[in-house]
Amino acid sequence: MSSPKTLHLAVELDSAGAPPGADPHVLADVVADAERAGFTFATFDDAPAGGFRVEATVRAAYSATSTSRIGLAPTSHVLTAEPFHLAAQLASLDHATHGRAAWIVGTAATPEALATIGRAHPDDLRQEVADVVETIRRLWDSWEDDAVIKDLATGRYLDPDKVHHVDFEGETFSVKGPLITPRPPQGSLVVLAAEEFADVVRPDIVLTDDLRHRDQTAPLVFGELEVRFDSTEPSPNGRTRYTGSPAGLVTLLDQLDLDGVRLHPGANDLPVLSQEVLPELHRRGLLTPPEPGATLRSTLGLPRPENRFAVSSKGIA
Amino acid sequence: MTAQLHLGVFYTGVGPQFLWDDPSNADHTAIETYVSVAQTLERGLFDAFFLGEGLRVRENRGQVHALDVAGRPDAITQLSALAGATTKIGLVATQNTTYNYPADLARRLASLDYVSGGRAGWNIVTTDNAWTGANFRHGGWLAHERRYERATQFVEAAKALWTGPVEADTDLVRLRAEPTVSPSPQGRPVLFQAGDSPGGRELAARHADVVFSANTAYDKAAAYAADLRDRLARHGRPADAVRILPGASVVLGDTPTDAAERAEEIRRRQINPQRAIAFLEQYWGQDLSAFDPHGPLPDVEPAEGELDPSRGTISIEHRTGKLERIQQWRELAEAKNLSIHQLVQEVEPRHHSFVGTPAQVADEWARYAADRVVDGFNLTPHLVPGTIDEVVDRLVPELQDRGVYRTEYTGTTLREHLELP
Repeated sequence: MSSPKTLHLAVELDSAGAPPGADPHVLADVVADAERAGFTFATFDDAPAGGFRVEATVRAAYSATSTSRIGLAPTSHVLTAEPFHLAAQLASLDHATHGRAAWIVGTAATPEALATIGRAHPDDLRQEVADVVETIRRLWDSWEDDAVIKDLATGRYLDPDKVHHVDFEGETFSVKGPLITPRPPQGSLVVLAAEEFADVVRPDIVLTDDLRHRDQTAPLVFGELEVRFDSTEPSPNGRTRYTGSPAGLVTLLDQLDLDGVRLHPGANDLPVLSQEVLPELHRRGLLTPPEPGATLRSTLGLPRPENRFAVSSKGIA
Repeated sequence: MTAQLHLGVFYTGVGPQFLWDDPSNADHTAIETYVSVAQTLERGLFDAFFLGEGLRVRENRGQVHALDVAGRPDAITQLSALAGATTKIGLVATQNTTYNYPADLARRLASLDYVSGGRAGWNIVTTDNAWTGANFRHGGWLAHERRYERATQFVEAAKALWTGPVEADTDLVRLRAEPTVSPSPQGRPVLFQAGDSPGGRELAARHADVVFSANTAYDKAAAYAADLRDRLARHGRPADAVRILPGASVVLGDTPTDAAERAEEIRRRQINPQRAIAFLEQYWGQDLSAFDPHGPLPDVEPAEGELDPSRGTISIEHRTGKLERIQQWRELAEAKNLSIHQLVQEVEPRHHSFVGTPAQVADEWARYAADRVVDGFNLTPHLVPGTIDEVVDRLVPELQDRGVYRTEYTGTTLREHLELP
């Protein structure tokens, strides 16, 4: 799917001057900077426990109405939340942004995280991750796109044949549906997952720490790259860290055979990215900032998924 | 100083009160409509914008109920988006204590409170039915009698978590968590309580800052206020520790007659012939679409069994005794020669709370305020933005003229707007 001459850049805001407990006005300013710079989407990291951080979908939603181009991608964790609530929260973010939302599937399963909801470690973590993601995708499809009919003659606001029970039955939980929220504008939010969960999540974008390989089955592959222009320290997270000049980063990004890169800049690095690196990539024709009004899927060249229930209802009931 | 009224709007999520077929309405589910309504409320110096909760799409005999507006956002997510587009209005999310986790919900509410600069509220409700629970990991786990026991432990855990670490291990609440969000300028979200049962009233007296009561008529409001103040005293809280904001609907007109005619017209459209049939179908438990809504009551016997709770509109106390109720309706329809449509209009308990000219309604509200039987109202619009524009443009100036409504915001947080201690 990728063209070697197109690169999508995402930016993680946690360390980029908008730490997760930042003043909301600072957050708004940083997201606005990232939008102006031409990033395809911004990501909001999260954890259910351990340190001060404003919950990620709240931060993303707070930025929804003050932006018009940049995608907003919170991390939401699947083991410490109700799948039904997550589906509604994420669908609502997609509605509030007119289709600029993405979801990074969080899989936190530390004892501290699980203790926040008083649960034990799942017997089969990967299966539960798969089940929650499947449930959420079904719920996003539970309203067909044309379910609301507002038919004055019959007094019907919606067509009940186009709003579906999802009847998910897993090993550890079941969900009836439909969702309380109509189908997201993108049909499905853009779903991202780390490489180790790619087989169970089947994401639209897989996030990899290995910037060289691209033997992936996901539609798009994004590399993870830390950026510190003013430091030579290695990354404390074990990620690849770029520590040279802005021009050197342009050269590096130009050489990568990936669909995109998620940059993890430090607080002082975002302005340099905005003012020097992204303009140069743009000048070289390597980077195309999102258009106002475009959905994140269309910016990324991802198709809008068919609704599984609409397809099945065309069959022999 | 004259007691001041505090106003909120309960944005209609589902139900027949909202006239979705009116061509004047804005797109009911569009974010632009929410933003525009919230900004109008700021112009009208309202305290709060409320979102309701319903965690299962209502059904009629196993199929999604088609006649009412449906499809709503997750409340906290939507209010977070509104926080970025407004500066004053309080943002209140209805969230239940049955199908949520205390630490998760406390964290999301604190997050909304933080990004809004201290404008968040939590309208605490319970959900008892397993039908709603079918959407959740542990559907139907909580016995009806224990729902307020769970709610109390849940609220206590949430409040504790807004100030420090919490560890609880009972058969109703189990968690170990630490605070993850810094306190907002109002400290913590304002707590609203909506249930009218004795359990609900006790929860309000112990923990609520505001009650969103169902007691709107003057006498009921006065009795409710007296009951709540007794309960507050028993819990060692001052009488003015809680604001009382009953739900209300308002229909304004140029003259008293004009207002009355408009009110009648709205009610006729809210309970239309199709809705009258659907209403009886809940009780009969079968398809009644073959019956003429303008004809006599169905001459078939209702199905066996209790009422179908799947419309989500019938409280558990009203789910039994349907045969007696149907018999009463038959006698009423016989005595007054009522059609199906007329009977349902007669027995459906929804009436407009306040009908009159802006001056009449303002006079009535000023009396409520002077007698301290309420602290304000939480309005449910039948048109969006029509009802809201009308209240802000026509009723608010009358209230201001009578000295019972603010002429500017004096604070920035919801707690300050409500003049809470």
